[in-house]
Amino acid sequence: MGLAHEHEIHRRRFGRNLGVGLVLGGFAALIFALTLAKLGDGGPSQAFDHTIRVDQLEAVE
Amino acid sequence: MSEASILTEEKEAGFGDFVALLKPRVMSLVVFTALVGLIVAPGGVHPVIGFASILFIAIGAGASGALNMWYDADIDALMRRTANRPVPSGLVDAKDALAIGVTLSVMAVVMLELAANFVAAALLAFTILFYAVVYTMWLKRWTPHNIVIGGAAGAFPPMIGWAVVTGGVSLESFLMFALIFMWTPPHFWALALFMKEDYSKAGVPMLTVTHGRRVTRNHILAYAILLAPVSIGLGLTSIGGPFYMATAVALNLWFIKGALDIRRRPEIQAEADAYRVEKSFFRFSLVYLFVSFSALLVESALKTYGLGGW
Repeated sequence: MGLAHEHEIHRRRFGRNLGVGLVLGGFAALIFALTLAKLGDGGPSQAFDHTIRVDQLEAVE
Repeated sequence: MSEASILTEEKEAGFGDFVALLKPRVMSLVVFTALVGLIVAPGGVHPVIGFASILFIAIGAGASGALNMWYDADIDALMRRTANRPVPSGLVDAKDALAIGVTLSVMAVVMLELAANFVAAALLAFTILFYAVVYTMWLKRWTPHNIVIGGAAGAFPPMIGWAVVTGGVSLESFLMFALIFMWTPPHFWALALFMKEDYSKAGVPMLTVTHGRRVTRNHILAYAILLAPVSIGLGLTSIGGPFYMATAVALNLWFIKGALDIRRRPEIQAEADAYRVEKSFFRFSLVYLFVSFSALLVESALKTYGLGGW
């Protein structure tokens, strides 16, 4: 008894959990979209890869 | 009666009650004015960045609403208009409201800095602090000028939207701020005129309670007159134009006329017709703000076709 019962309060809690879940999922999706937007906006991006690259050197006559 | 019915005795909040904590109706105004600030600003941002920025501004505003409900639960419970809010009605614990308010505030500011820039984030942080601390904790219960200065919090969103694009503050964004700032007192005082029992019962020093209703009527007219030059001045800047100007002139004339009507009315007459003029002025004040900002949007849309602007 008791635990097996589906009660109104379980539905309300499920609604809350679902809401929080959707919000978190949406937040993660938004961060991903922001990442794409920011990387796509500023041309090619480069990270430091521990070696000297040609395009990092200053132009010499 | 089932054995589980005992659980329903204790009220438990649904997801919607937590959403109500963020004052969705205030949020919608924030979203609209911030969006206008963002769109009319010179230049542009990536749509995703624009969307995210507006969202974080709205969350920041909502968070300050939650902080307000945490702090004001005692007086909200006394006023008919606010007694059903989640905290005074016992659905959400005051401590939870505080936790949600603080968490969302910090998150919104940090995320706005990452999505947009430092100036926009700093303005948002200032807005939240201003509303939660300066207005809610300090001014609201202390001075009848509470809404005059507190109105600044509601006036910041278009300035933040502008800063998202430009990374700074300008005459245009300041005047958009000033427009809402000057608009807030007559808007709320009209409400206070016909919600009088509420504020006096809760001991909030509304102008109607401290200085009387005659003084309040005079103040509504004074602010309505002071609002006009701000609204017209905004029309002379780079975001104004003939369309906005024509709209602003009409709106301000009508607003001042409404304020004059309120100023002229004796209290007995107002009570006799259940504050008909005050209520219609209050409704029109909402239209005023909405149409003013919509006109800025139209002006900026016309510009893309080479029509708007001076």
